[in-house]
Amino acid sequence: MDFALNEVQVMLADSVEKFIANEYDFETRQEHAESKLGYSQETWQMIAGLGWTAVPFSEDDGGLGGGPVDIMVLMERFGHGLLVEPYLANIVLAGGILRRAASKAQKQQWLLPIIAADVQATLAFAEPQGRYDIDDVTTTARADGDDWVVSGTKSHVLNGGNADLLIIPARTAGKQTDKDGISLFVIDANSDGVSIRDYETVDGQRAAEILLSDVTVGDDRLIGEPGAGFDPLQETVADATLAVCAEAIGIMHVLTDKTIEYSKNRSQFGVPIGSFQALQHRMVEMYTACEQSRSLLLWAVMTAADDVDSAARAINSIKYQVGTAGKLIGEEAVQIHGGMGVTWELDIAHYFKRLTAIRQIFGNADFHLDKLAG
Amino acid sequence: MNATFNTTEIAFRDEVRAFFRDEFPQDILEKQNQAIPLTRDDVVRWHKCMYEKGWAAPNWPKEHGGTGWSPVQKYIFANEQARANAPEFLAFGISMVGPIVYTFGNEAQKKRFLPDILQFNTWWCQGYSETGSGSDLASLKMRADLDGDHYIVNGTKTWTTLGQHADWIFCLARTNSDVARRQEGISFILIDMQQPGVTVKPIVLMDGEPEVNEIHFDNVKVPVENLVGEEGKGWTYGKVLLQHERTGIAHVARSKYRLMRLRAQVAESIRGAEPLGNDRIFMRRLAAADIELKALEYTELRTLASIASGNAPGPESSILKVAGTDLIQRIDTLFMEAAGYYALPYVRDQFAPDYPPHERIGAGAETMTALNYFNHRKVTIFGGSNEIQKNIIAKHVLGL
Repeated sequence: MDFALNEVQVMLADSVEKFIANEYDFETRQEHAESKLGYSQETWQMIAGLGWTAVPFSEDDGGLGGGPVDIMVLMERFGHGLLVEPYLANIVLAGGILRRAASKAQKQQWLLPIIAADVQATLAFAEPQGRYDIDDVTTTARADGDDWVVSGTKSHVLNGGNADLLIIPARTAGKQTDKDGISLFVIDANSDGVSIRDYETVDGQRAAEILLSDVTVGDDRLIGEPGAGFDPLQETVADATLAVCAEAIGIMHVLTDKTIEYSKNRSQFGVPIGSFQALQHRMVEMYTACEQSRSLLLWAVMTAADDVDSAARAINSIKYQVGTAGKLIGEEAVQIHGGMGVTWELDIAHYFKRLTAIRQIFGNADFHLDKLAG
Repeated sequence: MNATFNTTEIAFRDEVRAFFRDEFPQDILEKQNQAIPLTRDDVVRWHKCMYEKGWAAPNWPKEHGGTGWSPVQKYIFANEQARANAPEFLAFGISMVGPIVYTFGNEAQKKRFLPDILQFNTWWCQGYSETGSGSDLASLKMRADLDGDHYIVNGTKTWTTLGQHADWIFCLARTNSDVARRQEGISFILIDMQQPGVTVKPIVLMDGEPEVNEIHFDNVKVPVENLVGEEGKGWTYGKVLLQHERTGIAHVARSKYRLMRLRAQVAESIRGAEPLGNDRIFMRRLAAADIELKALEYTELRTLASIASGNAPGPESSILKVAGTDLIQRIDTLFMEAAGYYALPYVRDQFAPDYPPHERIGAGAETMTALNYFNHRKVTIFGGSNEIQKNIIAKHVLGL
């Protein structure tokens, strides 16, 4: 039993904490979120320069050979700063698919520029009819000579409006929800037939609805074997789920700490509101939910680091926990902050909104509980 | 015991239903259905339409221009208003300052203010909370110092809902600091906002809308005739006001309407997905919310029945605000679960009237889901937070 980070992970944690403290205060975050792009390219390049974009990739692939624990270390601290730079879309999602399924040449072509922050990429894991089921794929790719012709609609594509490269799961065989028959294509966002309706999300990030009408791509754009895309897709989405859970736990800690602090400083009826027992018990519940969530996160991350196959249930568990404990902590943080908690000006509302968005993506609490119930 | 409407009540229901179908501005209902925000003019226009119909003040007695409706009629009206998805009355004039003026004001004040409230010629806002005085309202610091035939008003009010549109504000202000109890030096004063020294600064809420304001008063001259009732009695009047409007405080009719909409939404297949109505986990939760709603509705009806038979509202009425606002938030959570990813686009602009409908994201007003969820965090905070409500129940109802 050892819950301690290793030396390299401690250094990583320190450097992210310094970055958030020195370069990424709340005002800076808001500027990035409210800019046209929705993030700062300069900051994104700085993040690449610090090596963080290379963390989950093997040394052969141009990375640092990190694993789920390292991603947890990063994401939890990104949560502390409410980072809007597109780490999840580029590195965990697009990068995750490429490292699992792409050939060496394809990695050279696409993965290296992503790690270098030279191109923006994403993975379109959701479809409008599919809700949270990633095997529900109606986007099709039909062979046309040496080419593939891709058509369909993808919903809530994170970073979709900024991405140069779209990784699109499309059905080349099988029925709507078959796991076999899903193939993965890398499509340039500026290809003929791609139309992107990008939008800001309620948590200050960016996503898009993407319509593909007869988009023609060459065979070199297929990653992995035809029809064998589901496994890498599922593993990548599991990684991303774990990553946002780590981010959520970072946010839950900030909300709990800030609420406790506020209750010590805000006076009503001549005393700090934190002296009221009714509020004390509720803050103890927030703290408990937070610590229980961290415990589940550690279990899930260590399981994922050990054995991908048995990680699924642990990931269902932690995402369920984030859905329920995150709701409790987010709502209570706002409520105990009173009127200030609902303002745009204070950071509390923005932590709450990001936590809410995390609860809504990659399956909500019900979805994951249902998987566990079998 | 009898929980059915009699024939007169059914006829009244049909009349109200027909009004919203035939006479109420249909473009405003259309905007409501499309989640297009109402302009100031829209709000004024529909309130004036209610005035023309004679229904501007469902809760006022007839002698002051109200409808004089029975509690059952008020209940029926609120249900039909919600059923048509018509907007709710702006509370500040009709539900708040109006009753204070006709209960505690003098004849001159009644003549001067009540007709404009009924006709919606003046837009009122509420000046109670201050930065340091939220739940502990009696600690408020705004001063109104008597200087000849004027008060000189200084201080800052906050969380003033829609104060950016308001012509007048009713304030609780301190007229005497030399009192045994803090509550005793507070007076109820009406202030014309269109004068030097009044500055309105919008506060943007987490959904991005500047719904509330901070209002500064810098040596604002207010004639003494704008004091309502006696000097130093403002706290008592404010408390009466809090007790005045028991029905409606739980928003039962609106919650009923929203649950009906949600049930219809999940019964359909949206975007080719399997209807969420086939998901037993979700439907069980929806059923539980229905039970909660029914309990709340009957708690409100018990209160109404008690008032109708000439008694004071029973102690059960104290739970209406807490239970009603909890239900609002519970319904928001269900909408969030139903919308999935489609709760997340922040596309307020797509509800502008001239926005091409085919370019909209989400079905109907689905993308308002998260914004409603965020915005409604306020309902358990304002109007006396639910923590304060529970303190009041513990003290005054349970005798703890």
